[in-house]
Amino acid sequence: MSGVLDTIRVERAFGATVEGEAVVSDEGFSPRYDLDRWSGVITKPGHKLEGTQIKDKIVFFPTAKGGIAAGWAFYDIKCKGIAPRALVFGVTNPVMVQGAVFADMTITEGWSRPAREVIRTGDWVRVDPARRVIELLRRALPQPQR
Amino acid sequence: MRLTAEEQAMLRGAHGPAVKQGIEYLIKVGEFWGAERLVPVTNVHMMGDIEVMGDGGLKWLECAAGQNARCALNVTTNARSFDFSLVEKLQQDAGEAAKEKKLIGLLQRMNVATTDTCINYQTLYQPHLGERVAWGDTGTVIYANSVFGARSNFESGPAAFAAALTGRVPEYGFQLDRHRKGTFVVKLQADLADLADWGAVGRLVGEPNQNYFQVPVFTDVRRAPSSDELKHLGASLASYGSMGMFHMVGVTPEAPSVEAALGGNRPHREITITNADLERLYRSYDLGDGRCDLIVFSGPQLSLWELKNLAERFDGRKIKHGTQVFVTSSNGVLSAARKLGYVQMLEAAGATLMEGVCFYILQNLSQMRQRNGWSNMISNSAKIVNIIGAHRFNTILRRTQDCVDIALEGRLR
Repeated sequence: MSGVLDTIRVERAFGATVEGEAVVSDEGFSPRYDLDRWSGVITKPGHKLEGTQIKDKIVFFPTAKGGIAAGWAFYDIKCKGIAPRALVFGVTNPVMVQGAVFADMTITEGWSRPAREVIRTGDWVRVDPARRVIELLRRALPQPQR
Repeated sequence: MRLTAEEQAMLRGAHGPAVKQGIEYLIKVGEFWGAERLVPVTNVHMMGDIEVMGDGGLKWLECAAGQNARCALNVTTNARSFDFSLVEKLQQDAGEAAKEKKLIGLLQRMNVATTDTCINYQTLYQPHLGERVAWGDTGTVIYANSVFGARSNFESGPAAFAAALTGRVPEYGFQLDRHRKGTFVVKLQADLADLADWGAVGRLVGEPNQNYFQVPVFTDVRRAPSSDELKHLGASLASYGSMGMFHMVGVTPEAPSVEAALGGNRPHREITITNADLERLYRSYDLGDGRCDLIVFSGPQLSLWELKNLAERFDGRKIKHGTQVFVTSSNGVLSAARKLGYVQMLEAAGATLMEGVCFYILQNLSQMRQRNGWSNMISNSAKIVNIIGAHRFNTILRRTQDCVDIALEGRLR
């Protein structure tokens, strides 16, 4: 496909094809442990994405943290209009999948290459569950030097 | 996925729209995990509280009730976000409390027993070896798989509810023999004298091995642990490691030996936990601004024996003025504890007992923290120390007697 700069294959996937701005985390995720479910901002003190807004983003997390809350929580944050467009996990757990399916949110698991090596926060990416692929479409604009 | 004739009838809508939606949902989840079929379950434990469901979830539940959804199995509920007798004292939102009551009414209408406890495995239902259940709250699942040898995945609210409507779950994960084998070995060369120590082990093992499909095999355990000790270990492993199962050689039913627990797997690593590891962990907690006016015994709710033990430690003493101690348990346990005088002993010391809730799920917790000026939260539960983070507490794990001493003396150490 033209315009694709790089790709990651995924092992398992559900949902519609979506595009959006990537947020790449080096730390795992749980909506109950880490996320303020009223603002869409990761608020857990010390989380590697503390202060990051995930609304409308395509979020890459290496792992899923414990917690049964995601089952309802993804639907709740979708109703509140603060959900990410897709959850892209290295390793996930059933709760994340149950929650994403319930909320009809795109979710994938398993990376053919470490996401960090391919995608940077701010890049524009496409997640295509039917083809089980994540495509890098546009690099983030370079940050101004300070 | 292969479906039986009855499941195909469900899918066609022969059992009504709620069952049809339920089975469609289970199939989608099962397909993600490559499940080949659905399998019957006997018991369901589900999370359903307004704090996590929100207005959207409540509306969804109203629709389900409107479709005359009715659970086909015995279903219990997990801890929720209100103890209605404490709404005013805690200055929780009356509107949200009303929604929680409405939610409870809807669940009851659909044949759910709203028991509001996260220790169903100690108080309500004990499945046997190999029995398939659909439980939610990760602490209940890891206990079911590990201690009872029953079979459950983490079944979150909508998944547990779909299981309750259809009587089935997709067969993947811990429903399958191949995922129940140990994947690494942990030698327990520590005394583990306090509940907090067992939770600390859960953190030391879970945090660096965060993966649902990792199954630790504990060996060298020095004595037979109690149900409460296994509960704190499991809840912590599930919380820090997202793990759903462990083995303990000579203790849990699928681990008569290391070899049996591993089931042919070659352990990818071997960890040893010593007393020094535990001491290092306790010392690693940042004491923040040094305040110690919030001590929480919760997450999981306390068993009768934990309440008795705590009551004896506080008996005849007074919690320092300005310090708040919260203790949570279930209606059943608190009823017994009241009859036996443990509740009165704790209340006389100045503790607040909360029924049917878990502290970290409380509605308005962030606002409560700000209003009370709480910065540090001290607990003997490794799970709650981990899970409460999004509410911006600085959390500190301490052994039970240390928590009691801090509450009485107002000095953090």
